[in-house]
Amino acid sequence: MMLKIENLHASIGGKEILRGVNLEVRGGEVHAIMGPNGSGKSTLAQVLAGRDNYEVSGRVLYDGQDLLALSPEDRAATGVFLAFQYPVEIPGVGNLYFVRTALNAVRRHNGLEPIDAIDFLALARERMRLVEMDESFMTRSVNEGFSGGEKKRNEIFQMAVLEPKLAILDETDSGLDIDALRVVAQGVNALRSEGRAMLVITHYQRLLDYIVPDVVHVFAEGRIVRSGGKDLALELEQYGYTGLDQSRSLASAGVPDRATP
Amino acid sequence: MSVTAITSKARGLEELAGREPVSDGDQPAWVAGMRRAALEWVADHGFPTLKDEDWKYTPVKTLLEVPFELASTSAGRVLSSAMIDELAGDLGGTRLVFVNGHLAAHLSSLTELLDGARVTSFASAFLDDALLLEPVLAGTWPGYRHAFTALNAALAEDGVLIQIQPDTTVSAPIQLVFVSDAGATPVMSCPLVVVLAGARSRATIVETHVGFGGVYLTNAVTEIVLGDGAQIEHYKIQDEAETAFHFAALHVLPGRDSSFSTNGLALGAAIARHEVWVRLEAEGAEVSLNGLYLPTGKQHHDNPTFVEHIAPHCTSRQLYKGVLSGHGRGVFNGQIVVGHEAFDADAHQVNKNLLLSDTAEVDTRPRLEIFTDDVKCTHGAAVGQLDEDAVFYLRSRGVPHQEARGVLTYAFAQEMLELIKVEPLRSHVESKVTSRLGAGNAEARR
Repeated sequence: MMLKIENLHASIGGKEILRGVNLEVRGGEVHAIMGPNGSGKSTLAQVLAGRDNYEVSGRVLYDGQDLLALSPEDRAATGVFLAFQYPVEIPGVGNLYFVRTALNAVRRHNGLEPIDAIDFLALARERMRLVEMDESFMTRSVNEGFSGGEKKRNEIFQMAVLEPKLAILDETDSGLDIDALRVVAQGVNALRSEGRAMLVITHYQRLLDYIVPDVVHVFAEGRIVRSGGKDLALELEQYGYTGLDQSRSLASAGVPDRATP
Repeated sequence: MSVTAITSKARGLEELAGREPVSDGDQPAWVAGMRRAALEWVADHGFPTLKDEDWKYTPVKTLLEVPFELASTSAGRVLSSAMIDELAGDLGGTRLVFVNGHLAAHLSSLTELLDGARVTSFASAFLDDALLLEPVLAGTWPGYRHAFTALNAALAEDGVLIQIQPDTTVSAPIQLVFVSDAGATPVMSCPLVVVLAGARSRATIVETHVGFGGVYLTNAVTEIVLGDGAQIEHYKIQDEAETAFHFAALHVLPGRDSSFSTNGLALGAAIARHEVWVRLEAEGAEVSLNGLYLPTGKQHHDNPTFVEHIAPHCTSRQLYKGVLSGHGRGVFNGQIVVGHEAFDADAHQVNKNLLLSDTAEVDTRPRLEIFTDDVKCTHGAAVGQLDEDAVFYLRSRGVPHQEARGVLTYAFAQEMLELIKVEPLRSHVESKVTSRLGAGNAEARR
């Protein structure tokens, strides 16, 4: 099992956002997490990546390790990657320098020599092509002045360089026009592999036309309320989040019976 | 300015200022007169205190309790050119090295100097160049602003006179390195630099202050007079020992349509104050004053600037940035005065500060006084902390916490380093700043 989440709770400022998430993801699988705004999907992504402004309880096993005990950088070094919903702008730090620093930090953590500047440039060029990114983005400051679509491409570019084992894509489709969506999805699909699991968080079904998931989970009020195959996404598209019979899924997702507020 | 009485019980700087000047038979009368007048000035005005508006953040009291003696020529250790390269960077041009305020000829190199420029140590300049020096030292700048500059005038034993003939371009930077090597007793040196840039001349001057520990005071004055259309780039690297005191004043008098820039870096010293004074007396002059200060531990870095727009059509630009960590304390006290005749003055001043710890502190006081219409003047100040979203973003990519903070801190400071146009100096300064900010390898950055 690549990822095993057990009864994960998270709150911020006394407000509970995750209320007992249970999820299992195997290597090579792509899981989609769909849910309305404010249901806690992005909090799940942030908590898995190690954002420390949440009070967290429960258990998360990643590759057999206690993920919650690791710092964000150690999570990244062992192969966890979060594609941010809102990639951060960092004035004064060159994009390529940033990605190279990240790759070398991960390599150092894993006992590898830093990558040679020339080899890195070749790697970066190749991976930028994957998301049809112009080379001018190499020297610009990280995400500074990038359009929404350029920022998302930059996230997938970083993922392609860092080659994570578990990639969490947080609303990677938001703010993208259809062409950009196609390019980003193409990049993601090229990175699907046996040893890599993906958690694709999205509000809309349309991303899943391009990135076809193995499993779809419906997220509501801080937990998974229903799980199923890729057809579940179509059902959602048709009936909306409110039209789904939530009670049906609780037992099947293994969620302990709890009083719903 | 309030007066600290200089009594017979005085010691340290006050005692030095109260001594009868040593009568030196070689000294021309005007030098002796200037020194005597400067000492009288100190006796009359005393040293500044926290009650003085311009000194309210920088305590001088501890300094006055240190029993400083004037530094002697002999340094405790043997210095080599390679050591100077290491300390100050090898800029490949003319280099003058002063040890404890006295010229060290064997470490200096004048070979790269072109025709049309002269670099002279003061020991001889006082005698040979009186006609040039007297008006600058005894008259150009209207009076002493405080006891430190007066003390420099009274006690400066050595220094350098740089003369650049009109229409001359000195392409290699002129490097002045002031090394302090205090022994067991606290010493003071009073280096004096005078730059007389002829009309339409061009040159780059780099001043570096370094030290080997011990308690010492560098009390430096630099006077730069630009002829019409002259262009001078000035750099000042303050990398003193962390037990040192560094007080310096840079006085700039730009000629008509001349252009002057200075980039300062404050890294070292326990207490450092680097003043920049500019009098825009001639039309069309442009000045650009920039500074980066990085106090950490218990360091105190004070950066006062005083820009007077007197003549019309002058431009002044100021950009000062501070990165403060530990119990470090920074001060930016920037005053711009636009006088009645200074039509079309264009004055901008920005001060930005990054606080890396809860115990670091910065006082920023941009001050603008305008006495005429038809001017473009702006000023602004900001104090902030690292963007935690950006820190997390870097960490989520595998960059360790401290390194992530270092990368972001360096990014804040980098704008100032990019202003350094002398390539070997920039790489020297980059490695200093990188190691101070813990930002990893600067080379990989580009």
